[in-house]
Amino acid sequence: MAADGIYIGVDVGSVTTKVAVIGAEGDILASACLDTMGQPARQLMTGLAEVRDQLAAREPDASRTPGSGSVPVACPEAVAVLGVGTTGSGRTLAAALVGGDVVKNEITAHAVAALRLIPDARTILEIGGQDSKVILLRDGVVVDFAMNTVCAAGTGSFLDRQASRLGLDIREFSRLAARSTHPVRIAGRCTVFAETDMVHKQQVGHPVEDIVAGLCRALVRNYLNNLAKGKDLEPPYVFQGGVAANAGIVAAFEEALGGPVFVPEHHALMGACGAALLAKEAREAAEAEGRTFTTRFRGFGLSDLDYRTRAFDCRGCTNECEIVEVFLDGLLVARWGGRCERWERSTAAGR
Amino acid sequence: MRVTFPHMGNIWIIVKTVLEDLGLEVLVPPRPNPKSLEAGVRHSPEFACFPLKLNIGDFVGALDQGAEAIVMAGGIGPCRLGHYAQVEAQVLKDLGYSAEMVVLEPPRGRFPQLWDKIRYLTGHRPVGRVIGALRFGWEKLKALDELDKVLALGRPAEAVRGSAAAAHRRAVASVCQAASIAGTRKAARAGAEDIALTAGASSGSVTLGPPRSRPLRVGVVGEVFMIQEPFANQEVERRLGEMGVETRRALYLSDWVRMHLLPPPVGLGARRRVRRIREAARPYLRHFVGGEGLDSVGEAVLHESELYDGVIHIAPFTCMPEIVAASLLPEVSRDLGIPVLSLFLDEHTGEAGLVTRLEAFVDLLERRRAVREGRADRQGIRLRGDAPAGGHGGHPVASRPSSPTPREAHGCPLVGFSGWRRGPR
Repeated sequence: MAADGIYIGVDVGSVTTKVAVIGAEGDILASACLDTMGQPARQLMTGLAEVRDQLAAREPDASRTPGSGSVPVACPEAVAVLGVGTTGSGRTLAAALVGGDVVKNEITAHAVAALRLIPDARTILEIGGQDSKVILLRDGVVVDFAMNTVCAAGTGSFLDRQASRLGLDIREFSRLAARSTHPVRIAGRCTVFAETDMVHKQQVGHPVEDIVAGLCRALVRNYLNNLAKGKDLEPPYVFQGGVAANAGIVAAFEEALGGPVFVPEHHALMGACGAALLAKEAREAAEAEGRTFTTRFRGFGLSDLDYRTRAFDCRGCTNECEIVEVFLDGLLVARWGGRCERWERSTAAGR
Repeated sequence: MRVTFPHMGNIWIIVKTVLEDLGLEVLVPPRPNPKSLEAGVRHSPEFACFPLKLNIGDFVGALDQGAEAIVMAGGIGPCRLGHYAQVEAQVLKDLGYSAEMVVLEPPRGRFPQLWDKIRYLTGHRPVGRVIGALRFGWEKLKALDELDKVLALGRPAEAVRGSAAAAHRRAVASVCQAASIAGTRKAARAGAEDIALTAGASSGSVTLGPPRSRPLRVGVVGEVFMIQEPFANQEVERRLGEMGVETRRALYLSDWVRMHLLPPPVGLGARRRVRRIREAARPYLRHFVGGEGLDSVGEAVLHESELYDGVIHIAPFTCMPEIVAASLLPEVSRDLGIPVLSLFLDEHTGEAGLVTRLEAFVDLLERRRAVREGRADRQGIRLRGDAPAGGHGGHPVASRPSSPTPREAHGCPLVGFSGWRRGPR
């Protein structure tokens, strides 16, 4: 039975919310990727409903017998969810809502997912919507990392904004960059400088593909100068996150690093997959020790439930912590935000 | 004359003790909080560093409650602290406050000047009384630092989150109330015992899961204010403690006093430590760069030999001395193999980024140690982490995927997935 279950990974990022379902063998069975749109809870529910439908739509595969590694799923109710992992900046909220077994930071989740794909990876470049990371691995262990959450210059938001300035769809942007023969030089340190440069270059008549390619190089330069400052980037390189879809950025990275950069097919899902893998490992580790592992997953029916969050300022002391409460179907399921133990107890009870 | 002063961790208890013992009326500003931060940010020069903004917030809070004079520390070298008092006096003047600013400059061997300021503040009370008050303050300072250290060790062990911190709060309150040197010592001893007992006793009752190995130990280095003031560093020590990590600051205030204010032989050990720090930093940095820049580098080097698992370096955004340190620390880390995490903090209170970094750093340390100790192989499970520390709901540390071979295509017609393969590139 255990071999036929699934693991769910949830990655609630600032810009997108991802849900991935992996089988007991670690293969991806279903996934959803939605814009967070400032409503992580709602989008998470939508994502969960989407993967439920995908799982339900999977035809029972008659050619394989149960136990051969495939998962003949007729309807999601028949699938055993063995574990749930959450990651991303909204991981705590996600875990409270869905019932997470493993709550893990993005860096570890991304590293785990990349290592599964490329076991000898030594550098992970990750660029998401609103943050970017570099993770250094040696012998399959994270040895160093850096993360940028403040500056937009090295993130997907920057590209989105510049693409819309040029009136381009972000996909078109990627195609155009590949056609450039003479990328223009654009300042990469700050989006304001970049924009100034860009306007200048376009007004003096540079073709749009050269400007686009220049922007890609500027972003890569910014990333390498700020984030990877003082770090030894060694191949093999793995590039994940939403921005990895952009061929122009990939080309700019390959040029700057002087070697091939691997882009996983599901580059945007890597965080969610990593979270699912972590849940899988947590379960396997528990079982190896002879402990029983029961998932906290609240079930797929969850997406039909009513949920609500509420915040208030604690008046216990001058810290005035912002306490957040999460209600599911009117029941308090989690509460956090305090710096002291005052609001802790009920959390444990709610779980 | 009602005197106030800026906050920095527990320092208010000491300053209050000394000044009140000398018969001054003391007005302790409200502890730094979101409102005082807001006031500080609004009235300070935008490019000033974070500690100045918090100072201004403290001062405005105290002056609004009727304080008339401010005792402020001075500074030396290429750190902006040296100019803080003057800038702050100007900012307050522009805001319409008419407070007197008494600046205590670090003595740098010239004690008479500092002594004059203390005599001025204390209205020329008998020398014996001044010395007695300073002695009393010194005792409380030592006691409070000791309690902080006990808390940093007790927190990772506690079974009920916050229990050690609650014991610590009780202990600090009783030290604060102690009216004599003997009373202070007694309160400190009882408090330390209470914290240790609270943490230890509760963890002793937990028998589930495999026995816990030695907790990770992390040294906290960096700019002195940011290290001491939990509001400024977003409670890094508490967060790490709750992840099961023992912390120790490179510098406690009592160490600073020993190094710079106490005459030998009392301060001899501390002075020796200063020399060792300088010596350790030497391959990377050979001279004073202001603030604690040199110490951050030296301490990081020493921490490696002192069997720390990692170093967390904290500095205010735009801090010049610590920028120098931060640019050297990667080299230290690479040479000695000790992981270092630099955190530049400012007025932002969004904690997600900080928490993610800390968690990832702790994961990194945990895995690194598991590999080093060969535990990973022995257990037959690759790179699995320890049991959750102290029942904090910690999660098993990430492990390397068990099956590294890319999976074969696994058809999923609806979404068109083909499993884990390297992309088209």
